Amino acid sequence: MRFKLTILVVTFVTIATLFASRSALNAAKPAPGPSERGSYTITIKNFEFSPRDLVIPVGSKVIWINKDEEPHKVAEVNSTFTSQPLDTDGSFTYEFKATGKFEYFCTVHPRMTGHIIVGGK
Amino acid sequence: MSRKILHDHNHDGIDRRGFLECMAWAGTGALCVLSGGVLKSYGLSDPRQAAKAMAAGDLSFVQISDSHIGFNKAANPDVAGTLQAAIDKINALPMKPAFVLHTGDITQLSKPEEFDTAAQVLKGLKADHVFYVPGEHDVLDGTGKLYRERHGMNSPGDGWYSVDLNGAHFVGLINVLNLKAGGLGYLGRDQLDWLEKDLKNVSSETPLVVFAHIPLWSVYPDWGWGTDDSAQALSYMKRFGSVTVLNGHIHQTMRKVEGNITFHTAFSTAFPQPAPGTPGASPGPMAVPAGQLRNLLGITDVNFVRGQHALAVTDSTLAEMASPMMPGMGSQQ
Repeated sequence: MRFKLTILVVTFVTIATLFASRSALNAAKPAPGPSERGSYTITIKNFEFSPRDLVIPVGSKVIWINKDEEPHKVAEVNSTFTSQPLDTDGSFTYEFKATGKFEYFCTVHPRMTGHIIVGGK
Repeated sequence: MSRKILHDHNHDGIDRRGFLECMAWAGTGALCVLSGGVLKSYGLSDPRQAAKAMAAGDLSFVQISDSHIGFNKAANPDVAGTLQAAIDKINALPMKPAFVLHTGDITQLSKPEEFDTAAQVLKGLKADHVFYVPGEHDVLDGTGKLYRERHGMNSPGDGWYSVDLNGAHFVGLINVLNLKAGGLGYLGRDQLDWLEKDLKNVSSETPLVVFAHIPLWSVYPDWGWGTDDSAQALSYMKRFGSVTVLNGHIHQTMRKVEGNITFHTAFSTAFPQPAPGTPGASPGPMAVPAGQLRNLLGITDVNFVRGQHALAVTDSTLAEMASPMMPGMGSQQ
């Protein structure tokens, strides 16, 4: 009887711990990582893309937001995507539907460059 | 700020630190007078000196730049007003300049209404002609269509052109289109071929004045202040006795003498930008304390070159150049 009670208590504690861990994980869910599809934001500030290099899974969307007082214009070097001129707080979104490495730059200030690597699903 | 030339790396009378210091934040424009084949520039803040220079010169014109009509941020919420102030100063000159040269960034976002506003304000200029080259802000559509519709003068290629005036040859170059990732300003093969052909028909004794928006010399490549293929263009100008290159883009005056070529960059009529390499700064609009912006208007640099001689202008200080109240400091040679 005492043995059965011990097993019951241990089982309960284990299950409770598992639930608690899961809840904690859900509460502090990190931003989508390289293996997780979602939306990623690249901030344009002080004439730099941040992050400059980004790894994302296929099907992800990337949003560029201009926080400078200068207009910027985002373009992939092979014209896969090109934004309109982005004034302050302007944004541009592109969905990456295929794998590959994409180099992009600001066509107004071409020293500003960045890369996006789109991995598998 | 140090006001002395410390290192003369190129043996041209100018050290990098020195010419970086020989600049001003914002201004109304520069009066350029061509005399005896040599181009000099004068501030617009000293009418007596301007009158004297214009009377003695063969040709005078005014350069203004970077008006950024449409910009409305803290660095200058009234760019149309400061452009108007520049025009008022030009109109107050004792003699009408032969023409006015605008070296680009007429607008902030290449919008039709911005071009229209700029045209409306510039209509008040007392000058027979206004010549333009576009800045990167004027060609945000990627082709410069709106700019060319207004200022293209039916010129070939992307809009480059040359004009002969009063014995001098003026060349307007476009270095703000087809920019490459990681690169600087760009002229391109077609324009270079055109330039080489254009200059072949000009005698070496003819004063040559070349203007483009982005500097044709490497002011500060980390901030994009230079042109990738300018060396090729400049190689076509080596045989000329007097070459003056006028640029905008960096919103502050700088100059450099390299052999037979004198490089100038102009003030903005809109807002200042930081000195190149300023720690923590980027090449964007810079707000200055209230009231300072217009106090700095009217300042300009001075230059004079003959052959390979860089002159005393390299000893000019920012304070001397910036002070419109200091008599006799508006021109040096």
